[in-house]
Amino acid sequence: MITFLLRRTALAFVILLIVAILLFSMMHMIPGDPTVVALGPRSTPEMREAFRELMGLDRPVLEQLAAFLGRLAHGDLGQDVWSRRPVLTMILEVLPYTVMLAFASFIWAVAFGILLGCVAVVHHGKWGDWLIGLVSIAFVAVPSFVVALYSLLVFAVWLNWLPAIGAGEPGDIGAQARSLILPSFAVGLGWVGYVSRLVRAAMIEAMGEDYVRTLRSYGVPETRIIYAYALKQALLAILSVIAVGFGGLLTGSVFAEIVFTRPGLGKMTYDAVMSRNFPLVMGTVLFTSGLYVICMILADAVTAWLDPRVRSGL
Amino acid sequence: MATVASATTNETVAPEPGALRRVGHTIAHVMSTPLGAIGVILVVLIVGMAILAPYVVPYNPTAINVKARLADPSLAHLLGTDQLGRDLLSRVIVGTRTAMTVALTSLSVAIALALPLGMIAGYGPRWLDGLLILVFDSISSLPMIMLGLAIVVLLGPGVSTVILVIVLYSVPSYARLVRAQTLSLKTRDFIKAEQAMNAGTPRILFRHLLPNVIGPLLILACLDISTVITLEAGLSFLGLGVKPQIPSWGNILSDGFAVIRNSAVPVVAGGVPLILATIGFTFFGEALRDALDPKLNPERKP
Amino acid sequence: MSAPVLEIHNVSVSYGGVVPAVVGVDLTVGPGEIVGIIGESGSGKSTLAHSILGLLPKAARVRGDRFVLAGNTILDADRTTLSVLRGPSAAMIFQNPMAAFSPIHTLGKQLVDLLWRDRDQTVATKRERIIAALKQVGIPDPMGKLDAYPFQLSGGMLQRVAIAAALLMRPALLVADEPTTALDVTMEAQILHLMRSLRKTAGVSILIISHHLGVIAEICDRVAVMYAGQIVEEGAVETIFSDPRHPYTQALFACEPALIPTGVGRLPVIAGEVPRPGGTGCDFAGRCRFTEERCLTLSPPWVSASADPRHHARCHRSKP
Repeated sequence: MITFLLRRTALAFVILLIVAILLFSMMHMIPGDPTVVALGPRSTPEMREAFRELMGLDRPVLEQLAAFLGRLAHGDLGQDVWSRRPVLTMILEVLPYTVMLAFASFIWAVAFGILLGCVAVVHHGKWGDWLIGLVSIAFVAVPSFVVALYSLLVFAVWLNWLPAIGAGEPGDIGAQARSLILPSFAVGLGWVGYVSRLVRAAMIEAMGEDYVRTLRSYGVPETRIIYAYALKQALLAILSVIAVGFGGLLTGSVFAEIVFTRPGLGKMTYDAVMSRNFPLVMGTVLFTSGLYVICMILADAVTAWLDPRVRSGL
Repeated sequence: MATVASATTNETVAPEPGALRRVGHTIAHVMSTPLGAIGVILVVLIVGMAILAPYVVPYNPTAINVKARLADPSLAHLLGTDQLGRDLLSRVIVGTRTAMTVALTSLSVAIALALPLGMIAGYGPRWLDGLLILVFDSISSLPMIMLGLAIVVLLGPGVSTVILVIVLYSVPSYARLVRAQTLSLKTRDFIKAEQAMNAGTPRILFRHLLPNVIGPLLILACLDISTVITLEAGLSFLGLGVKPQIPSWGNILSDGFAVIRNSAVPVVAGGVPLILATIGFTFFGEALRDALDPKLNPERKP
Repeated sequence: MSAPVLEIHNVSVSYGGVVPAVVGVDLTVGPGEIVGIIGESGSGKSTLAHSILGLLPKAARVRGDRFVLAGNTILDADRTTLSVLRGPSAAMIFQNPMAAFSPIHTLGKQLVDLLWRDRDQTVATKRERIIAALKQVGIPDPMGKLDAYPFQLSGGMLQRVAIAAALLMRPALLVADEPTTALDVTMEAQILHLMRSLRKTAGVSILIISHHLGVIAEICDRVAVMYAGQIVEEGAVETIFSDPRHPYTQALFACEPALIPTGVGRLPVIAGEVPRPGGTGCDFAGRCRFTEERCLTLSPPWVSASADPRHHARCHRSKP
């Protein structure tokens, strides 16, 4: 298992490297002055000079690339053009909000999704199964920002039960929790549907296994077979898929942060795009890719660990 | 499904006879499930509206009339007006056309790019395959929105940017499908027969591989329509998609968001068709995939 | 003579009421008997075995005059009644021991779960019972095995565990569906030896299904030959093996590799395929080298086949 993990990590590095090179080269591939490309036609000559200095644009391209990659290796994701603050610092400031949102969405979506999936399996073939299936697919289909807008409309504007803006003051747990409810609902809803379909499919496959026949031949009650045996096999099977999705949740929170005006990685990136703040954008995109890849590796590691067949081959 | 090529190999591996009849059967099968029936109805509605848009639209969707801003729904304006006085119903109707046009264009481009890339990856030398796979994996390791934002910051908003983002996002998974299909077909007898007769590579690729790999790809693209619509609407909502004047459901939603405390109508008007479209195409795609799945329909040959 | 453990009279099983798998079968298993069913794939023997435990899919229909397991009637019993019978009345072991247990749970957990009926016993008590049963079937280090996962044991060992689990139920009847087909020859010999001894040590009757003549010869008292859903010959093992009467049985023996003298150029086969049960006349007609006119039109009668009163065959040519 160790070699397996090492190989995956190495592959992840290569992928991140390629992403970095791609982003770097995008700047140069577009015709025109790279500073204008990055900072937009409305940027001032001072900004462009600062950027040129920062990126060392006077030097040969390969040297720039090497310098860029070298900075990356030291965790230097560049500097914000306006404030000259390190991008990494800015990211770490807002990251906790995004992580909280992703976490909250993840928990409720997975819990509810597993529940729905189990109920569907228990009613397999009957109308309950069919209805849950339809609803699950609908949840997946509807865009999350529409859900966000509508829940904002109903619960924050019309009913005024929950806050429409912000993430609550630091230290005020109650306010922070309340401001998490609607955004995590919006982000998680699509996941509820996805997880429920996954769980259902995996459990149906598990119920077709031979060992289920053994259990049945001893009269073991069907519910026990479903919850103690099939569910565990199903969860193992979908664990890696779900864990990868966590990485997706991190970044899918962009819309939720904008609709609910929450601080976070997504909102910061969006604001950076609107103000043509290229280094910030590139920094966050790279950081996000890294997070995503780390989640994938963790997911593989956890799955391998939980499966006794793989674990004993350590 | 594939028969060994004839001695003259002038015949392609044609789709089975009665292809039209099979399409009809498939549609009937799709419509027989509630999932498929709802999907087909919604899809027909949306596509119909997109096609008929120029003929049914009551007003010019870009006509600004500040005096009539944020009017409530009335007989004159069935959905009211937005904050610039533009008729919402017209904007919604033309928004359908925008969504469909963008989806169609970008998916076509993506398919056109994925086919050769996938076939080359599957059929060509191993090192090329490995390289392409690495590139594909790298692009797909970037979540869609982030990829979109990175491109928009460089190219500026606009329809072509949206199309580029969609294409970049879709090509890796499409190409991977084509590659997998190519790999499995590469070892089949009819290809080997061609190779044995010294047929040139382009000929093999185009006349024999292509018809066989395009089917599953089209189905995948079909499933993706909903995602593409969402992506376009999402980018437009963020102000990074189509230009604000061009009606798009995303634009309508973002304008509506700005006035959400004054009036809920714009947000509802923009959101409902988007919901119907995404649900419709997703249901249709799922039902289609079920109908074509050989495991569920034993009478179909895989 | 005490009551038979299993009594089947004129039982038929069909899928969806249309596709017949078992047609008009009569079978009896007495206490302490080991009965074998032999037949090729598609003969219906597995379906018959599964029907005893009520493990057939929902689409299956079981009809007949009498179907009694340890005094409980199975015909028209609903699924709840059937599931209650599993365990105390009959237990089953299956062909593939590696797949018989969940790969991600320990054997101990699964075996304890199989004893779910004994709600008043603690887990510790159950574990002790299990360890005793594992010892009885000859498994070394039974306590260690409780914490092991199935993939850590060999096929033969797992099959022993399955037999031990079955015995824990103290069933009247043990149904074994191709228990040794997935095992190599040495393991097969051990398992068969174990099963033969169970008759004395556990007082259990055994119904063993196999397509392999050697297995039947090894441990059975009586054997029934199944073809196309019907039993075509039945009798004591010695009688059948020395004097098979039905042409199908004779052909089976002729094709058994172990019984063919060396130096033969080609192995004999039975030409043709097993037809779907339920046609007119004899189902074996057309593949049988003694086919007569009446074989194609009249269903052959079930008649006595030799001096042994227990020996019957379903053939027009058998002497009444």
